[in-house]
Parts: sequence; structure tokens; C-alpha cells
Amino acid sequence: MEHAFALFVRSIFVDNMIFASFLGMCSYLAVSKNVKTSLGLGAAVTFVLLVTLPVNYLLQKYVLAEGALTWLSPSFATLNLSYLSFILFIAVIAAIVQLVEMVVEKYSPSLYASLGIFLPLIAVNCAIMGCSLFMQQRINLDPSSTQALTGIGDVFAYALGSGIGWLLAIVGMAGIREKMEYSDVPAPLRGLGIAFITVGLMAMAFMCFSGLSI
Amino acid sequence: MRLSDKTKEVLLGPLSQNNPVIVQVLGICSALAVTVQLEPAIVMGLAVTIIVAMSNVVISLLRNTIPMRIRIIVQLVVVAALVTVVSEVLKAFAYDVSVQLSVYIGLIITNCILMGRLEAFAMSNKPWDSLLDGLGNGVGYALILIIVAFFRELFGSGTLFGMRVIPECFYDWGYANNGLMIMPPMALILVGCIIWAHRAKNKDLQEK
Repeated sequence: MEHAFALFVRSIFVDNMIFASFLGMCSYLAVSKNVKTSLGLGAAVTFVLLVTLPVNYLLQKYVLAEGALTWLSPSFATLNLSYLSFILFIAVIAAIVQLVEMVVEKYSPSLYASLGIFLPLIAVNCAIMGCSLFMQQRINLDPSSTQALTGIGDVFAYALGSGIGWLLAIVGMAGIREKMEYSDVPAPLRGLGIAFITVGLMAMAFMCFSGLSI
Repeated sequence: MRLSDKTKEVLLGPLSQNNPVIVQVLGICSALAVTVQLEPAIVMGLAVTIIVAMSNVVISLLRNTIPMRIRIIVQLVVVAALVTVVSEVLKAFAYDVSVQLSVYIGLIITNCILMGRLEAFAMSNKPWDSLLDGLGNGVGYALILIIVAFFRELFGSGTLFGMRVIPECFYDWGYANNGLMIMPPMALILVGCIIWAHRAKNKDLQEK
């Protein structure tokens, strides 16, 4: 439990998806123009992460890893299907995103309209796929390591933490950009350029969490 | 071979005027993460170029048979298959680099350049043009990676391709490597500066 909580806090602040590994940068830059939309997208990403990561974890544990299929028949003990992981992970993600899209369209048409093209694009949001791939690396780590995922509880904590970290980053960025509308930025830097530099400065601020020992 | 104006535009446009990273804002995640050193950056650029070109051709060949509703899944499967092949090849022939790139090779699947080019170009153009478009965008992407990685490696560790370029005596005179260059924030700021320089030259790209 303690480990899961540490993992949760670390994935929000220290291993932040945006600032430490640049995942989900494209939609991050494109949607962070106003706080409300970015809050919606952040919530959608968190939700998709929370659903896909445990599914992919079970997939990795009981289908893909070496000897994982022994529950079917002992003769599969040497079978290693991990080269299929890219295709299976992305298929799971794409299917679940489709589901989320249908639910949002039904229950919150205004959010659906404001997210526009970025809702289906969550499927190709690197944060989701990246989280699954990091999970694949982390379950093989030594259990005493602070980054190791030792069970399904840890996976949930990691998914939730990463999602909230992403949400925090995008909402903060949207807040800054709303204010930046009124500032006088040199013409060539306007828009994209200054957005990059702002993210860089935010990342620097987040770096001070890296000394955190939990 | 002579190229017509249109093919030239398709092939060379993405290098500067229509660059995937700094103008179309696609594929930024991996562009920033793998640029601590030159070598992985070049391998990554190469891998993306090959995958964009190949998947563009495959999708362009299939474009009339893919039903509109499920096109994203079809595109993802084609891309995922190609990425799996590239990742296995890298593991077999360049293991060190593949360890360095870690998850970012797998993340080529979700690299927006791929989906962006497939949607915007390959779905509505012939295979040959799509191949050129893929090559152009791949090279445009690699170009940005190489520029960023060059500065980060030079100032961050004083080396290029792992070889020492800044002479030892500089360090004796009090020169020090800029440790911040190896940290993630500087990648963002460097790309910001590249955009600045690029837009200062191409005034038509500036935002209102």
C-alpha cells in the first residue's frame, strides 16, 4: 500500500509524463489554449489511462511475457510473445478510446464538440501508449526499486498518478497561455515558439521535485 | 531523373516551409526525448523516415479498399507491424542504441507524424507521391532531431558522437559542461529557439 502511494505521488511530480518524458506533447500543445477544454481532455486522458493500463498489464502478465501462457497448457512454458506487444497494446487502446468517444458523445455533447478531433486522437496520444510501454519495463524491475510495479494495485496507482500529472500539466499550461494573450511577445515567437519556452520553464520548475524521497 | 514542380514541392516542402516538427507541430514527444546525444537521434530519424515512407506506400495502395469508418484501426495496424519489424531489426543489429531509445521506438506507433501524413496525404494520393511525401517528412523530422541533438551533446557533454570535441585544456581554463543541457527542459527551449529563428526568416509563418 505504501509503495503504491509512493508510486502515485512520484508519477504525478517526479516522473511527470509531460515534463520528464515528453509524452502526449502534441495534443498538449494544441489543446492547451483554454482552461475548460484542457480540463476535459485531461480528464479523458486520465480515464483512458485508468482503463487501458490494467488491461494491458493483464495482457502482458497472462499472454505476452515469456511462459505467461502456462495457465493454458504446460507446453507453452517457453513461448515468448512479447514481440506482439505493440500491436496488442495499440489495439486495446484504440478499442477503449472508441468506447469513451461514444460515451462522451452521448452524455456530454458540449465537451464532445470542444474536444473535436482530439478525442479520437487520444488513441494515438503517446501518453497512453507510453504508459503501457513503461509499465512493461517496470514490472521487470527489482521489487525494491521505487519505480517497480509489483501488482495490479500498483498499476492502478501508476495509471491514476500519470493521468493526474498530465492533467495538472495541461491545466497549468492553459492558465498561463490564457494570461499570455495579453502580453507583447516578439512576432516570430508568437504562438508555438513561446509555448515551447513556457513548457521548458515549467519543466524546470518541476525538476525541483526530483529530489523528493518517498 | 527530372522532378515536376509538384513532386519537388512534396519532397522538399517538409524540409523547411512545411516542416513536420516546427510548422505542422507533429511528432514532438520523441523529437525531444531522444536528443541527448547525436547517435540515437540519427537512428531515430532514420527509423521514422523508413516507417513513414513504407506506411505511406502501403496505405496509399490500400486507400480505395479501406472503409472510412475503420480507417484509423487499419492505419494503426499497418504502422504497428512496421514498427515491430524495425524494433526487432534494431535489437538484432544495434542493441546498444535500441536500449538507449527504450520505449521511444515503440512510441513511433503513436508518433503523430505517421497518423498525420497517412490521414492528410496517403489516403488521397498515389503510391509514388506518398513515398516522396513520407521521405520528405521523415527527413524534415530527422533534421530537427539532429540540430537539437548537436547542441545538446556539444554543450551538455562536450562530445559529438561520443568523441571529445571540446579540448581538455578548455576545462583547465575553467570551462564547464552545461549540465542543464542534458535535462529535459533544455530540449523544449532549444526547439522554441529553432522555431524563433525559422519564423524570423519565414515571415509568412508568423502567427497574428
